[in-house]
Amino acid sequence: MTDTTTTTPQRRNLWRDVDLRAVAPFIALALLLVLGSFAHDNFLTANNLLNVMTRSAYIAIIAIGATFVITAGGLDLSVGAMTAFIASLAIMFMNSDGIANPLTMVLAATALMLAIGMACGLTNGLVITLGKIEPFIATLGMMGIYRGLTTWLSQGGAITLRNPDVQAIYRPVYFGNLFGIPYPVLAIFVTAAIAAFILYRTSFGRHVIAVGSNEDVARYSGISVARVRTMTYLIQGLCVAGACLIYIPRLSSTTATTGTMWELNAITAVVVGGTALRGGVGRVWGTVAGAFILEIIGNIMLLTTYVSEYLLGAIQGAIVIVAMLVQRSLTRKS
Amino acid sequence: MTMSVVSPSQDHKGFMAGHGLAKTFGGVEVLKDISLDIRSGEVHAIIGENGAGKSTLLKILAGHLAPTRGSLTIDGETVALSGPVDAEHRGIVLVHQEILLAPDLTVAQNIYLGREIKKGLSVDDKAMNAGAAKAVRNLGANIDPKTVVGRLSIAQRQLVQIARALLVPHRLVIFDEPTASLTPIETDALLKVISDISKSGAAVLYISHRLPEVKTLADRVTVLRDGKLVTTREAAGLEPLDMAQLMVGRDVSKLYPDHVAPEGEDYVLEVENMDVPGYARNASFKLRRGEILGFAGLVGAGRTELMEGIVGLRPAKGKIRLNRRPVSFANAGQSMKAGIVYLSEDRKGKGLLLQEALGVNLTLAGLKKFVRGIMLDRKAERAALDQAIAEFDIRTRNKDLLAGQLSGGNQQKLLIAKMMLLKPNIVIIDEPTRGIDIGTKEQIYMFIADLARQGKSVIVVSSEMPELIGVSDRIIVMREGVIADEVSGKHMNEREIVVLATGVKPSEAA
Repeated sequence: MTDTTTTTPQRRNLWRDVDLRAVAPFIALALLLVLGSFAHDNFLTANNLLNVMTRSAYIAIIAIGATFVITAGGLDLSVGAMTAFIASLAIMFMNSDGIANPLTMVLAATALMLAIGMACGLTNGLVITLGKIEPFIATLGMMGIYRGLTTWLSQGGAITLRNPDVQAIYRPVYFGNLFGIPYPVLAIFVTAAIAAFILYRTSFGRHVIAVGSNEDVARYSGISVARVRTMTYLIQGLCVAGACLIYIPRLSSTTATTGTMWELNAITAVVVGGTALRGGVGRVWGTVAGAFILEIIGNIMLLTTYVSEYLLGAIQGAIVIVAMLVQRSLTRKS
Repeated sequence: MTMSVVSPSQDHKGFMAGHGLAKTFGGVEVLKDISLDIRSGEVHAIIGENGAGKSTLLKILAGHLAPTRGSLTIDGETVALSGPVDAEHRGIVLVHQEILLAPDLTVAQNIYLGREIKKGLSVDDKAMNAGAAKAVRNLGANIDPKTVVGRLSIAQRQLVQIARALLVPHRLVIFDEPTASLTPIETDALLKVISDISKSGAAVLYISHRLPEVKTLADRVTVLRDGKLVTTREAAGLEPLDMAQLMVGRDVSKLYPDHVAPEGEDYVLEVENMDVPGYARNASFKLRRGEILGFAGLVGAGRTELMEGIVGLRPAKGKIRLNRRPVSFANAGQSMKAGIVYLSEDRKGKGLLLQEALGVNLTLAGLKKFVRGIMLDRKAERAALDQAIAEFDIRTRNKDLLAGQLSGGNQQKLLIAKMMLLKPNIVIIDEPTRGIDIGTKEQIYMFIADLARQGKSVIVVSSEMPELIGVSDRIIVMREGVIADEVSGKHMNEREIVVLATGVKPSEAA
């Protein structure tokens, strides 16, 4: 249609649909909560729900980073392996006894994780932008590298945090709480709030959306596409480091298989949350809802006996497909 | 142009007719009570400003849309087209404005896409290549059917698209602005093809913004304005200016504003020995303060690429002096900072984010101006949009529309507004009025002249000769990647420019 006169109805539909697509993940989340409450008496207790949210924390935080990458039209398959790599290095550092004070040691390890996370993210970004390699292939390669390095570091076995003083200091980061709200849950919301601010209220965020929406338009508007792309991977790396920060005190150990399939869980959370895989549309809070949805489904399957919990992967796979179909059907009406 | 259609239209038999056609989109009537008949063997032009309802009418006739009211008849019998496939079975084919071909497939593979000739289980490439060669030859072109479409020029691709459309038995061929992106010579060739189709007995429905072309080609002209049919007349008695007045509903005899060409040595931009690998070689030119400099040439002459090379959008080598100081730009951000903006010919692909709101588009290039602390100042963005809508006369019912929902002319105004936020001193505008109606064209010419009057310098790249001659102070003609010559004053006429653009000697061109 080339005329303004015909666009009024389109706009009306489109706005309705944009809203629908934005709220769809939250509706799905609410429906799941209702479903869960019928499935098991203990489901809708504060205790259980906080537990579920706590367990979803690292996927949620990684997925918040992935929201940036995907909104800019990229993809990062290396995040699971990167988690294992960063966590392994951090545990080895804390095992080194280089710093006597356990609190200083944990803080130093935190700084180290964030630094490695940024370095890994930057590497991913530069391989893609400078090397001009498709994100899928580039991060597939990086996934192999991070995973291989982790296996080598652990010599095929486990890397375990040995110092009991460090463990005692670090443990509350996963198991502690503030006014009853577990720290990992707080971490999700703080990360999401910062991410939403960056994506929706800063010029960098606007550039991310522009690059994902149409790279050429961004370039012709004087935006450095490569810089914006690289920055999204750096943010992804930081988020992975944040996830490691929460992950380590939970088990105090990593193995060569730590974080396997997390990249797919993160992408699932992002897509279920309403972010377009082709880029240009990013929904930070939707991603958080997506991560909760994935964990709640696992929880319901665990609490009930209707479906074997061994089918969890199949159910999650089905959810991605259903989420895409729902998104599509909402678009088509416009 | 040497086209003529001799057969008087009274001889043509009616093929298809619309009776009281109307179309409503969500309460808004975009087409009101249109009745027209289309006769076999005629070229029937439909003209009107953007938003007049041409596309809607065409989509109804080709079965893409069903009318809200009214009916269609074919050979006198009432029909209800169930869709484009149904229309095609009845001999109605639509040649789309956009090129819809797979660039990685060959000409023959594209022409037979979805209707491959098979031999047993495998496709019969030999038969398809032969068929495609014949189909392309029938259009007077010489394209190897085994060539990959991605290597063809726009004009050749368009021919392939037409060949594909004509492969089915056709009684009515609808062309939607087929010459919008073609140069004069390519246009002439295409017009001959269209005229041949009508001579073979099929009806041709033809939409164009280029009125002189309509004058040469059409037997009858239907004018639409605001969704209503103004008139259907024999083309013989209509001059392009009459058509424009019927379209707009007012006097448009003064399309190009006056501008006094600056003289002297006050050069703001000097380009020397510019090489854009693969596209332009050894280009040198100078631009004065307050000057409107035109760039003419055939499609593929390297004009766009030269401009993109200058502003840092493409790798290029050469000397650029801005206000006598040597500069070089590695990306568009740098040239924008230096006060040069480039408005792409590809409005939809490179100019605007079609899926984003008007405000987002407006501020994208000049976003720095809207940052307070670390946050975007959305209030200032909204204020800027209000101002741009008023200043550039962007016609939109609602400020919450997406850029892709604006008409072509309003998109161009939005793109201009976006770049003007950067307060540039040099504006390079590529195909400023492609696919834009005459009313908006006039506004854009005014705007260009105003810029020059304010002491800014403007480079206009255009394939529309009258436009280039109308607005420019001086015209540089490019041919096959090099600057062929420069014309000004009384030498700025279509004939001399075409000779320079094609390299054909005057005696041959005559």
